[in-house]
Amino acid sequence: MKQVNIPSGANLAQLYRDLQPDYPKFFKMDVVSKLGFLLTEMLVAGEAGRFQPRQDRAVLVFSRQGCLANDTHYAATMADFPSPALFVYTLPNIVSGEIAIRNKYAGETSAYVLESYNKDTMWELVRQAFQDRITQSAIVAWIDCPTDTQWTAEAFLVNRNDL
Amino acid sequence: MKKVYCIGCGVVTPVGDTPKGVFQAVREGRSALCLHPGFPEPFFASLMPRDCTAPGTLFDHMVKEAAAAAVKEAGIDASSPRTGLILSSIKGNVEMLGHGSADVSLAVQARRLAQALGVTTAPVVVSNACISGLAALVQGMRMIQGGQFDQVIVAGCEVQSRFIVTGFQSLKALSLQACRPFDEARDGLNLGEAAAAMVLSSQPMTPMTLGEIGFSSSRTKNNFPQPWELVSGCIRNDANHISGPSRTGEGSYNALQYVLEDARPEALAFVNVHGTATRYNDEMEAIALGRAGLEKLPVNALKGIFGHTMGAAGILESIVSMQALEAGVVLPTKGYENLGVSVPVNVSAQERPAQGSQFIKLLSGFGGVNGALLFQKGGAL
Repeated sequence: MKQVNIPSGANLAQLYRDLQPDYPKFFKMDVVSKLGFLLTEMLVAGEAGRFQPRQDRAVLVFSRQGCLANDTHYAATMADFPSPALFVYTLPNIVSGEIAIRNKYAGETSAYVLESYNKDTMWELVRQAFQDRITQSAIVAWIDCPTDTQWTAEAFLVNRNDL
Repeated sequence: MKKVYCIGCGVVTPVGDTPKGVFQAVREGRSALCLHPGFPEPFFASLMPRDCTAPGTLFDHMVKEAAAAAVKEAGIDASSPRTGLILSSIKGNVEMLGHGSADVSLAVQARRLAQALGVTTAPVVVSNACISGLAALVQGMRMIQGGQFDQVIVAGCEVQSRFIVTGFQSLKALSLQACRPFDEARDGLNLGEAAAAMVLSSQPMTPMTLGEIGFSSSRTKNNFPQPWELVSGCIRNDANHISGPSRTGEGSYNALQYVLEDARPEALAFVNVHGTATRYNDEMEAIALGRAGLEKLPVNALKGIFGHTMGAAGILESIVSMQALEAGVVLPTKGYENLGVSVPVNVSAQERPAQGSQFIKLLSGFGGVNGALLFQKGGAL
Protein backbone atom coordinates (compact mmCIF):
# COMPACT_ATOMS: atom_id res chain seq x y z
CA MET A 1 0.00 0.00 0.00
CA LYS A 2 1.47 3.32 -1.08
CA GLN A 3 1.56 6.03 1.60
CA VAL A 4 2.52 9.71 1.42
CA ASN A 5 2.41 12.70 3.76
CA ILE A 6 2.99 16.46 3.72
CA PRO A 7 4.78 17.84 6.80
CA SER A 8 2.91 20.49 8.78
CA GLY A 9 3.70 24.00 7.56
CA ALA A 10 5.34 22.86 4.31
CA ASN A 11 5.38 25.37 1.43
CA LEU A 12 2.44 24.13 -0.64
CA ALA A 13 3.08 26.47 -3.60
CA GLN A 14 6.61 25.08 -3.84
CA LEU A 15 5.31 21.53 -3.63
CA TYR A 16 2.84 22.34 -6.42
CA ARG A 17 5.69 23.65 -8.59
CA ASP A 18 7.79 20.57 -7.87
CA LEU A 19 4.95 18.23 -8.87
CA GLN A 20 4.06 20.29 -12.01
CA PRO A 21 0.42 19.30 -12.23
CA ASP A 22 -0.45 22.30 -14.47
CA TYR A 23 -3.81 22.81 -12.73
CA PRO A 24 -4.32 26.55 -12.02
CA LYS A 25 -7.58 25.90 -10.11
CA PHE A 26 -5.29 24.69 -7.32
CA PHE A 27 -4.67 28.28 -6.29
CA LYS A 28 -8.38 28.91 -5.66
CA MET A 29 -8.66 26.01 -3.22
CA ASP A 30 -8.71 26.19 0.57
CA VAL A 31 -5.83 24.62 2.44
CA VAL A 32 -7.64 21.28 3.01
CA SER A 33 -8.34 20.87 -0.70
CA LYS A 34 -4.79 21.94 -1.57
CA LEU A 35 -3.44 19.25 0.75
CA GLY A 36 -5.80 16.60 -0.62
CA PHE A 37 -4.94 17.56 -4.18
CA LEU A 38 -1.18 17.40 -3.59
CA LEU A 39 -1.34 14.16 -1.59
CA THR A 40 -3.23 12.53 -4.46
CA GLU A 41 -0.73 13.87 -7.03
CA MET A 42 2.02 12.27 -4.96
CA LEU A 43 0.13 8.97 -4.84
CA VAL A 44 -0.96 8.55 -8.46
CA ALA A 45 1.50 10.57 -10.60
CA GLY A 46 2.66 8.32 -13.43
CA GLU A 47 -0.08 5.74 -12.86
CA ALA A 48 -1.04 3.93 -16.08
CA GLY A 49 -4.33 5.12 -17.54
CA ARG A 50 -4.43 8.23 -15.37
CA PHE A 51 -7.26 10.67 -16.23
CA GLN A 52 -9.33 7.93 -17.87
CA PRO A 53 -12.79 8.33 -16.28
CA ARG A 54 -13.37 5.52 -13.80
CA GLN A 55 -15.98 4.50 -11.22
CA ASP A 56 -13.88 1.87 -9.48
CA ARG A 57 -11.82 4.24 -7.32
CA ALA A 58 -13.31 5.81 -4.20
CA VAL A 59 -12.06 8.90 -2.39
CA LEU A 60 -12.48 8.71 1.40
CA VAL A 61 -11.40 11.70 3.49
CA PHE A 62 -11.17 11.84 7.26
CA SER A 63 -10.57 14.74 9.61
CA ARG A 64 -11.03 15.87 13.16
CA GLN A 65 -12.26 19.38 12.42
CA GLY A 66 -13.53 19.37 8.86
CA CYS A 67 -12.54 22.61 7.17
CA LEU A 68 -12.34 24.79 10.27
CA ALA A 69 -9.60 27.11 8.97
CA ASN A 70 -11.63 28.02 5.91
CA ASP A 71 -14.84 28.30 7.97
CA THR A 72 -13.11 31.04 9.94
CA HIS A 73 -12.06 32.83 6.74
CA TYR A 74 -15.59 32.69 5.37
CA ALA A 75 -17.09 33.91 8.66
CA ALA A 76 -14.81 36.96 8.51
CA THR A 77 -16.49 38.00 5.24
CA MET A 78 -20.11 37.56 6.45
CA ALA A 79 -20.59 41.06 7.82
CA ASP A 80 -19.66 42.85 4.59
CA PHE A 81 -19.65 40.82 1.40
CA PRO A 82 -20.02 37.11 2.09
CA SER A 83 -17.61 35.36 -0.24
CA PRO A 84 -19.09 32.60 -2.42
CA ALA A 85 -15.55 31.53 -3.34
CA LEU A 86 -14.80 30.85 0.33
CA PHE A 87 -18.27 29.48 1.18
CA VAL A 88 -18.04 26.56 -1.25
CA TYR A 89 -14.99 25.30 0.65
CA THR A 90 -16.86 25.26 4.00
CA LEU A 91 -17.97 21.66 3.49
CA PRO A 92 -15.76 18.84 4.78
CA ASN A 93 -16.30 16.80 1.60
CA ILE A 94 -15.21 19.41 -0.96
CA VAL A 95 -11.67 18.09 -0.90
CA SER A 96 -12.95 14.69 -2.04
CA GLY A 97 -14.79 16.41 -4.90
CA GLU A 98 -11.68 18.31 -5.95
CA ILE A 99 -9.71 15.05 -6.07
CA ALA A 100 -12.51 13.38 -8.06
CA ILE A 101 -12.69 16.24 -10.58
CA ARG A 102 -8.93 16.43 -11.10
CA ASN A 103 -8.57 12.69 -11.60
CA LYS A 104 -11.95 11.91 -13.25
CA TYR A 105 -12.87 9.57 -10.40
CA ALA A 106 -16.63 9.02 -10.80
CA GLY A 107 -16.80 6.49 -7.96
CA GLU A 108 -17.81 7.02 -4.34
CA THR A 109 -16.60 10.13 -2.51
CA SER A 110 -17.18 10.26 1.25
CA ALA A 111 -16.13 12.48 4.13
CA TYR A 112 -16.00 11.50 7.80
CA VAL A 113 -15.23 13.45 10.98
CA LEU A 114 -13.71 11.55 13.92
CA GLU A 115 -12.98 12.99 17.34
CA SER A 116 -9.41 11.75 17.29
CA TYR A 117 -7.05 10.15 14.83
CA ASN A 118 -8.03 6.57 15.56
CA LYS A 119 -6.46 4.33 12.92
CA ASP A 120 -8.59 1.33 13.87
CA THR A 121 -11.81 3.29 13.36
CA MET A 122 -10.58 4.81 10.10
CA TRP A 123 -9.51 1.48 8.61
CA GLU A 124 -12.75 -0.20 9.69
CA LEU A 125 -14.64 2.48 7.71
CA VAL A 126 -12.29 2.02 4.75
CA ARG A 127 -12.86 -1.75 4.76
CA GLN A 128 -16.60 -1.17 4.88
CA ALA A 129 -16.41 1.18 1.88
CA PHE A 130 -15.24 -1.77 -0.21
CA GLN A 131 -18.70 -3.32 0.25
CA ASP A 132 -19.55 -1.20 -2.81
CA ARG A 133 -19.19 -3.90 -5.46
CA ILE A 134 -17.68 -1.53 -8.06
CA THR A 135 -14.98 -0.09 -5.80
CA GLN A 136 -11.59 -1.72 -6.43
CA SER A 137 -9.27 0.93 -4.96
CA ALA A 138 -9.48 4.05 -2.82
CA ILE A 139 -7.59 7.22 -2.07
CA VAL A 140 -7.77 7.41 1.73
CA ALA A 141 -6.70 10.70 3.30
CA TRP A 142 -6.48 11.95 6.87
CA ILE A 143 -6.31 15.74 6.64
CA ASP A 144 -6.71 17.73 9.79
CA CYS A 145 -6.08 21.38 9.50
CA PRO A 146 -7.03 23.66 12.39
CA THR A 147 -5.19 26.61 10.80
CA ASP A 148 -3.71 27.43 7.39
CA THR A 149 -0.20 26.63 8.55
CA GLN A 150 -0.60 23.63 10.88
CA TRP A 151 -1.87 20.28 9.80
CA THR A 152 -1.63 16.54 9.76
CA ALA A 153 -1.89 15.35 6.16
CA GLU A 154 -1.31 11.83 5.00
CA ALA A 155 -2.85 9.63 2.36
CA PHE A 156 -2.89 6.04 1.16
CA LEU A 157 -3.65 4.33 -2.12
CA VAL A 158 -5.52 1.21 -1.05
CA ASN A 159 -6.43 -1.68 -3.29
CA ARG A 160 -9.20 -4.14 -2.54
CA ASN A 161 -6.69 -6.94 -2.05
CA ASP A 162 -4.67 -4.86 0.46
CA LEU A 163 -7.44 -5.29 3.02
CA MET B 1 -25.16 -10.44 2.52
CA LYS B 2 -26.96 -9.67 5.77
CA LYS B 3 -30.23 -7.81 5.44
CA VAL B 4 -30.63 -4.42 7.10
CA TYR B 5 -33.93 -3.22 8.52
CA CYS B 6 -35.23 0.08 9.81
CA ILE B 7 -36.82 -0.75 13.16
CA GLY B 8 -37.30 2.73 14.61
CA CYS B 9 -37.78 6.31 13.44
CA GLY B 10 -37.83 9.75 15.01
CA VAL B 11 -38.29 13.25 13.62
CA VAL B 12 -38.23 16.83 14.86
CA THR B 13 -39.49 19.38 12.34
CA PRO B 14 -41.37 22.69 12.39
CA VAL B 15 -44.50 20.85 11.16
CA GLY B 16 -44.48 17.95 13.60
CA ASP B 17 -42.39 15.78 15.85
CA THR B 18 -43.70 12.30 15.07
CA PRO B 19 -43.32 10.46 11.76
CA LYS B 20 -47.11 10.11 11.51
CA GLY B 21 -47.68 13.79 12.30
CA VAL B 22 -45.13 14.92 9.76
CA PHE B 23 -46.56 12.60 7.12
CA GLN B 24 -50.00 14.06 7.74
CA ALA B 25 -48.61 17.58 7.38
CA VAL B 26 -47.05 16.71 4.04
CA ARG B 27 -50.27 15.12 2.88
CA GLU B 28 -52.21 18.25 3.77
CA GLY B 29 -49.56 20.54 2.27
CA ARG B 30 -48.82 22.23 5.60
CA SER B 31 -45.44 23.91 5.62
CA ALA B 32 -43.57 26.27 7.93
CA LEU B 33 -41.82 27.98 5.01
CA CYS B 34 -42.03 31.75 5.39
CA LEU B 35 -39.98 34.91 5.05
CA HIS B 36 -37.54 35.62 7.88
CA PRO B 37 -35.54 38.75 8.58
CA GLY B 38 -31.98 37.99 7.55
CA PHE B 39 -28.42 39.12 8.13
CA PRO B 40 -29.58 41.67 6.84
CA GLU B 41 -31.04 40.23 3.60
CA PRO B 42 -34.34 38.43 4.31
CA PHE B 43 -34.64 34.75 3.47
CA PHE B 44 -37.46 32.23 3.02
CA ALA B 45 -37.02 29.14 5.21
CA SER B 46 -38.63 26.51 7.43
CA LEU B 47 -37.27 27.16 10.92
CA MET B 48 -37.85 25.72 14.38
CA PRO B 49 -39.19 27.99 17.14
CA ARG B 50 -36.36 29.63 19.10
CA ASP B 51 -38.05 29.22 22.50
CA CYS B 52 -36.27 25.99 23.43
CA THR B 53 -35.23 26.06 27.08
CA ALA B 54 -33.54 22.65 27.16
CA PRO B 55 -29.87 22.67 28.17
CA GLY B 56 -27.30 22.74 25.39
CA THR B 57 -27.79 24.09 21.90
CA LEU B 58 -30.89 23.80 19.71
CA PHE B 59 -28.90 21.34 17.60
CA ASP B 60 -28.18 19.15 20.66
CA HIS B 61 -31.82 19.18 21.66
CA MET B 62 -33.30 18.42 18.25
CA VAL B 63 -30.96 15.60 17.33
CA LYS B 64 -31.30 14.00 20.77
CA GLU B 65 -35.11 14.11 20.62
CA ALA B 66 -35.21 12.53 17.17
CA ALA B 67 -32.65 9.84 18.01
CA ALA B 68 -34.23 9.03 21.38
CA ALA B 69 -37.63 8.55 19.74
CA ALA B 70 -36.10 6.16 17.19
CA VAL B 71 -34.31 4.20 19.93
CA LYS B 72 -37.49 3.99 21.97
CA GLU B 73 -39.51 2.66 19.07
CA ALA B 74 -36.80 0.15 18.21
CA GLY B 75 -36.56 -1.02 21.81
CA ILE B 76 -32.80 -1.57 21.50
CA ASP B 77 -30.15 -1.37 24.19
CA ALA B 78 -28.30 1.80 23.16
CA SER B 79 -25.45 1.02 25.58
CA SER B 80 -24.66 -2.37 24.03
CA PRO B 81 -21.18 -2.78 22.50
CA ARG B 82 -23.11 -4.04 19.45
CA THR B 83 -24.84 -0.66 18.97
CA GLY B 84 -23.18 2.01 16.78
CA LEU B 85 -24.00 5.68 16.29
CA ILE B 86 -23.64 7.85 13.19
CA LEU B 87 -24.30 11.60 13.19
CA SER B 88 -25.09 13.25 9.88
CA SER B 89 -24.68 17.02 9.61
CA ILE B 90 -23.02 19.50 7.33
CA LYS B 91 -22.40 22.45 9.62
CA GLY B 92 -23.53 21.35 13.12
CA ASN B 93 -23.23 24.29 15.52
CA VAL B 94 -21.29 26.49 13.11
CA GLU B 95 -22.86 29.62 14.61
CA MET B 96 -20.60 29.03 17.63
CA LEU B 97 -17.56 29.67 15.42
CA GLY B 98 -15.22 32.23 16.95
CA HIS B 99 -16.77 31.93 20.41
CA GLY B 100 -13.98 29.65 21.52
CA SER B 101 -16.49 26.85 22.11
CA ALA B 102 -15.81 23.19 21.40
CA ASP B 103 -19.45 22.98 20.30
CA VAL B 104 -18.44 24.01 16.80
CA SER B 105 -16.85 20.60 16.27
CA LEU B 106 -19.09 17.97 14.69
CA ALA B 107 -17.11 15.29 16.50
CA VAL B 108 -17.92 16.90 19.87
CA GLN B 109 -21.61 17.05 18.91
CA ALA B 110 -21.50 13.36 18.10
CA ARG B 111 -19.89 12.53 21.46
CA ARG B 112 -22.52 14.56 23.30
CA LEU B 113 -25.29 12.78 21.39
CA ALA B 114 -23.73 9.42 22.28
CA GLN B 115 -23.65 10.40 25.97
CA ALA B 116 -27.25 11.63 25.88
CA LEU B 117 -28.42 8.34 24.38
CA GLY B 118 -26.17 6.15 26.53
CA VAL B 119 -24.24 4.87 23.50
CA THR B 120 -20.89 3.44 24.59
CA THR B 121 -19.18 2.86 21.21
CA ALA B 122 -17.26 5.62 19.39
CA PRO B 123 -19.60 7.65 17.15
CA VAL B 124 -18.78 8.48 13.53
CA VAL B 125 -19.78 11.71 11.77
CA VAL B 126 -20.69 11.56 8.09
CA SER B 127 -20.43 15.04 6.56
CA ASN B 128 -20.88 14.53 2.84
CA ALA B 129 -22.63 17.79 1.86
CA CYS B 130 -26.32 17.56 1.02
CA ILE B 131 -26.31 13.77 0.69
CA SER B 132 -25.01 13.37 4.28
CA GLY B 133 -28.21 11.76 5.60
CA LEU B 134 -28.36 9.24 2.80
CA ALA B 135 -24.61 8.59 3.03
CA ALA B 136 -24.99 8.03 6.78
CA LEU B 137 -27.72 5.43 6.16
CA VAL B 138 -25.45 3.70 3.62
CA GLN B 139 -22.68 3.75 6.23
CA GLY B 140 -25.02 2.26 8.82
CA MET B 141 -25.92 -0.55 6.39
CA ARG B 142 -22.23 -1.27 5.86
CA MET B 143 -21.50 -1.39 9.60
CA ILE B 144 -24.20 -4.03 10.01
CA GLN B 145 -23.39 -5.97 6.84
CA GLY B 146 -19.69 -5.90 7.70
CA GLY B 147 -20.46 -7.33 11.15
CA GLN B 148 -19.15 -4.38 13.19
CA PHE B 149 -22.53 -3.75 14.85
CA ASP B 150 -25.93 -5.46 15.14
CA GLN B 151 -27.79 -2.15 15.26
CA VAL B 152 -26.82 1.38 14.31
CA ILE B 153 -28.53 4.63 15.29
CA VAL B 154 -28.33 7.05 12.34
CA ALA B 155 -29.26 10.61 13.30
CA GLY B 156 -29.16 13.69 11.07
CA CYS B 157 -29.68 17.32 11.98
CA GLU B 158 -29.28 20.79 10.58
CA VAL B 159 -29.85 24.14 12.25
CA GLN B 160 -29.76 27.26 10.09
CA SER B 161 -27.55 30.19 10.93
CA ARG B 162 -26.13 33.41 9.56
CA PHE B 163 -23.17 31.36 8.29
CA ILE B 164 -25.24 29.06 6.07
CA VAL B 165 -27.87 31.63 5.04
CA THR B 166 -25.37 34.27 3.92
CA GLY B 167 -23.33 31.59 2.16
CA PHE B 168 -26.27 30.38 0.08
CA GLN B 169 -27.27 34.00 -0.54
CA SER B 170 -23.75 34.72 -1.80
CA LEU B 171 -24.18 31.84 -4.25
CA LYS B 172 -27.54 33.32 -5.32
CA ALA B 173 -29.11 29.91 -4.65
CA LEU B 174 -32.04 31.00 -2.45
CA SER B 175 -35.56 31.79 -3.58
CA LEU B 176 -37.44 34.65 -1.92
CA GLN B 177 -40.69 32.70 -2.17
CA ALA B 178 -41.78 29.13 -1.40
CA CYS B 179 -39.61 26.89 -3.58
CA ARG B 180 -41.10 25.23 -6.66
CA PRO B 181 -39.40 21.90 -7.39
CA PHE B 182 -39.35 20.95 -11.09
CA ASP B 183 -41.58 23.91 -12.00
CA GLU B 184 -40.77 26.15 -14.94
CA ALA B 185 -40.88 29.20 -12.63
CA ARG B 186 -38.51 27.76 -10.01
CA ASP B 187 -35.83 30.21 -8.96
CA GLY B 188 -33.94 28.66 -6.08
CA LEU B 189 -34.10 26.69 -2.87
CA ASN B 190 -35.36 27.37 0.66
CA LEU B 191 -33.32 26.32 3.67
CA GLY B 192 -34.89 24.25 6.43
CA GLU B 193 -34.28 22.93 9.91
CA ALA B 194 -35.00 19.40 11.05
CA ALA B 195 -33.64 16.39 12.87
CA ALA B 196 -34.43 12.85 11.83
CA ALA B 197 -33.20 9.45 12.97
CA MET B 198 -33.52 5.77 12.14
CA VAL B 199 -32.39 2.71 14.01
CA LEU B 200 -31.03 0.15 11.58
CA SER B 201 -30.79 -3.48 12.61
CA SER B 202 -29.76 -6.87 11.30
CA GLN B 203 -33.01 -8.20 12.80
CA PRO B 204 -36.44 -7.15 11.53
CA MET B 205 -37.55 -6.99 15.17
CA THR B 206 -35.60 -6.70 18.34
CA PRO B 207 -35.69 -9.80 20.56
CA MET B 208 -37.69 -7.82 23.10
CA THR B 209 -40.47 -6.79 20.76
CA LEU B 210 -40.64 -10.25 19.27
CA GLY B 211 -40.50 -12.27 22.45
CA GLU B 212 -41.72 -10.25 25.39
CA ILE B 213 -44.29 -7.91 23.96
CA GLY B 214 -45.46 -9.91 21.01
CA PHE B 215 -45.36 -9.09 17.34
CA SER B 216 -48.83 -7.82 16.52
CA SER B 217 -49.49 -5.80 19.64
CA SER B 218 -46.19 -3.92 19.58
CA ARG B 219 -46.05 -3.21 15.87
CA THR B 220 -49.47 -1.67 15.68
CA LYS B 221 -48.31 1.03 18.07
CA ASN B 222 -45.27 1.69 15.95
CA ASN B 223 -44.76 3.84 12.89
CA PHE B 224 -44.71 0.87 10.54
CA PRO B 225 -46.83 -2.26 10.75
CA GLN B 226 -44.10 -4.29 9.05
CA PRO B 227 -40.33 -3.95 8.87
CA TRP B 228 -38.69 -1.90 6.16
CA GLU B 229 -35.53 -3.11 4.50
CA LEU B 230 -32.70 -0.89 3.25
CA VAL B 231 -31.80 -2.99 0.23
CA SER B 232 -29.00 -1.20 -1.58
CA GLY B 233 -27.22 2.13 -1.43
CA CYS B 234 -24.65 3.87 -3.58
CA ILE B 235 -22.63 7.10 -3.61
CA ARG B 236 -21.14 8.43 -6.86
CA ASN B 237 -19.31 11.61 -7.85
CA ASP B 238 -19.97 13.64 -11.00
CA ALA B 239 -16.22 14.37 -11.28
CA ASN B 240 -17.33 17.60 -12.90
CA HIS B 241 -17.68 20.68 -10.66
CA ILE B 242 -17.62 21.38 -6.89
CA SER B 243 -20.74 23.58 -6.78
CA GLY B 244 -22.60 22.87 -10.03
CA PRO B 245 -24.36 19.62 -10.92
CA SER B 246 -23.30 17.61 -13.95
CA ARG B 247 -25.06 18.52 -17.22
CA THR B 248 -25.38 14.80 -17.94
CA GLY B 249 -26.50 13.79 -14.45
CA GLU B 250 -23.50 11.48 -14.35
CA GLY B 251 -23.24 10.76 -10.63
CA SER B 252 -26.99 10.48 -10.03
CA TYR B 253 -27.36 8.25 -13.07
CA ASN B 254 -24.53 5.97 -11.93
CA ALA B 255 -25.92 5.78 -8.38
CA LEU B 256 -29.40 4.99 -9.74
CA GLN B 257 -28.00 2.30 -12.03
CA TYR B 258 -26.27 0.66 -9.08
CA VAL B 259 -29.37 0.40 -6.90
CA LEU B 260 -31.63 -0.52 -9.85
CA GLU B 261 -29.62 -3.72 -10.20
CA ASP B 262 -31.04 -4.69 -6.81
CA ALA B 263 -34.58 -3.45 -7.52
CA ARG B 264 -37.55 -5.23 -9.05
CA PRO B 265 -38.84 -2.85 -11.74
CA GLU B 266 -42.46 -3.94 -11.28
CA ALA B 267 -42.19 -3.29 -7.53
CA LEU B 268 -40.82 0.26 -7.80
CA ALA B 269 -43.49 2.73 -6.67
CA PHE B 270 -41.65 6.05 -6.95
CA VAL B 271 -38.41 7.96 -6.67
CA ASN B 272 -38.28 10.60 -3.95
CA VAL B 273 -35.85 13.02 -5.57
CA HIS B 274 -33.68 15.80 -4.17
CA GLY B 275 -35.73 18.49 -5.96
CA THR B 276 -34.16 21.56 -4.40
CA ALA B 277 -35.86 23.81 -6.96
CA THR B 278 -32.65 25.36 -8.24
CA ARG B 279 -32.56 25.57 -12.03
CA TYR B 280 -29.59 23.24 -12.33
CA ASN B 281 -30.35 20.58 -9.72
CA ASP B 282 -33.82 19.69 -10.95
CA GLU B 283 -32.73 19.66 -14.59
CA MET B 284 -29.79 17.40 -13.71
CA GLU B 285 -32.06 14.98 -11.82
CA ALA B 286 -34.55 14.86 -14.70
CA ILE B 287 -31.72 13.96 -17.09
CA ALA B 288 -30.40 11.28 -14.72
CA LEU B 289 -33.90 9.78 -14.27
CA GLY B 290 -34.43 9.76 -18.03
CA ARG B 291 -31.07 8.08 -18.67
CA ALA B 292 -31.92 5.45 -16.05
CA GLY B 293 -35.20 4.66 -17.83
CA LEU B 294 -37.31 6.06 -14.98
CA GLU B 295 -39.06 8.78 -16.95
CA LYS B 296 -42.52 7.24 -16.47
CA LEU B 297 -42.13 6.28 -12.81
CA PRO B 298 -43.81 8.73 -10.40
CA VAL B 299 -41.32 11.08 -8.73
CA ASN B 300 -41.85 13.59 -5.96
CA ALA B 301 -39.90 16.16 -3.96
CA LEU B 302 -40.57 17.32 -0.39
CA LYS B 303 -38.54 20.56 -0.27
CA GLY B 304 -41.76 22.59 -0.76
CA ILE B 305 -42.75 21.43 2.74
CA PHE B 306 -39.49 21.21 4.69
CA GLY B 307 -37.11 23.36 2.66
CA HIS B 308 -33.64 21.91 2.28
CA THR B 309 -32.82 20.36 5.64
CA MET B 310 -29.27 19.48 4.54
CA GLY B 311 -27.79 16.90 6.94
CA ALA B 312 -31.28 15.71 7.97
CA ALA B 313 -32.78 15.57 4.47
CA GLY B 314 -31.79 12.04 3.49
CA ILE B 315 -33.22 10.54 6.68
CA LEU B 316 -36.29 12.79 7.02
CA GLU B 317 -37.39 12.40 3.40
CA SER B 318 -36.84 8.63 3.56
CA ILE B 319 -39.00 8.35 6.70
CA VAL B 320 -41.79 10.37 5.07
CA SER B 321 -41.50 8.26 1.91
CA MET B 322 -41.80 5.03 3.94
CA GLN B 323 -44.95 6.43 5.56
CA ALA B 324 -46.32 7.30 2.12
CA LEU B 325 -45.81 3.82 0.73
CA GLU B 326 -47.35 2.34 3.86
CA ALA B 327 -50.41 4.49 3.11
CA GLY B 328 -50.25 3.51 -0.56
CA VAL B 329 -49.67 7.00 -1.91
CA VAL B 330 -47.13 9.04 -3.84
CA LEU B 331 -47.03 12.33 -1.97
CA PRO B 332 -47.62 15.57 -3.88
CA THR B 333 -44.77 17.87 -4.87
CA LYS B 334 -45.81 21.12 -3.24
CA GLY B 335 -44.89 24.14 -5.31
CA TYR B 336 -44.93 22.28 -8.61
CA GLU B 337 -47.31 23.42 -11.32
CA ASN B 338 -45.87 23.27 -14.84
CA LEU B 339 -43.03 21.06 -15.96
CA GLY B 340 -39.82 23.05 -16.20
CA VAL B 341 -37.20 20.42 -17.01
CA SER B 342 -36.13 19.08 -20.41
CA VAL B 343 -37.01 15.45 -19.67
CA PRO B 344 -40.76 14.89 -19.04
CA VAL B 345 -40.49 13.20 -15.65
CA ASN B 346 -43.67 12.02 -13.93
CA VAL B 347 -44.09 14.68 -11.21
CA SER B 348 -47.39 15.97 -9.84
CA ALA B 349 -48.77 18.55 -7.43
CA GLN B 350 -51.47 16.05 -6.47
CA GLU B 351 -51.34 12.98 -4.28
CA ARG B 352 -51.51 9.81 -6.36
CA PRO B 353 -52.01 6.13 -5.57
CA ALA B 354 -48.74 4.22 -5.27
CA GLN B 355 -48.23 0.78 -6.74
CA GLY B 356 -45.42 -1.38 -5.52
CA SER B 357 -43.37 -2.15 -2.44
CA GLN B 358 -40.09 -0.34 -3.18
CA PHE B 359 -38.94 3.26 -3.58
CA ILE B 360 -35.65 5.00 -4.26
CA LYS B 361 -34.37 8.02 -2.34
CA LEU B 362 -32.14 10.24 -4.46
CA LEU B 363 -29.92 13.14 -3.33
CA SER B 364 -27.12 15.32 -4.69
CA GLY B 365 -24.75 17.81 -3.16
CA PHE B 366 -21.80 20.15 -3.40
CA GLY B 367 -18.54 18.47 -4.11
CA GLY B 368 -20.29 16.73 -7.05
CA VAL B 369 -21.59 13.98 -4.79
CA ASN B 370 -24.79 11.99 -5.44
CA GLY B 371 -26.50 9.16 -3.62
CA ALA B 372 -29.29 6.65 -4.20
CA LEU B 373 -30.85 4.29 -1.68
CA LEU B 374 -33.40 1.54 -2.36
CA PHE B 375 -36.02 0.82 0.33
CA GLN B 376 -38.38 -2.15 0.42
CA LYS B 377 -41.53 -2.71 2.42
CA GLY B 378 -42.11 -6.09 4.01
CA GLY B 379 -38.65 -7.45 4.56
CA ALA B 380 -38.21 -11.11 5.35
CA LEU B 381 -41.06 -11.75 7.74
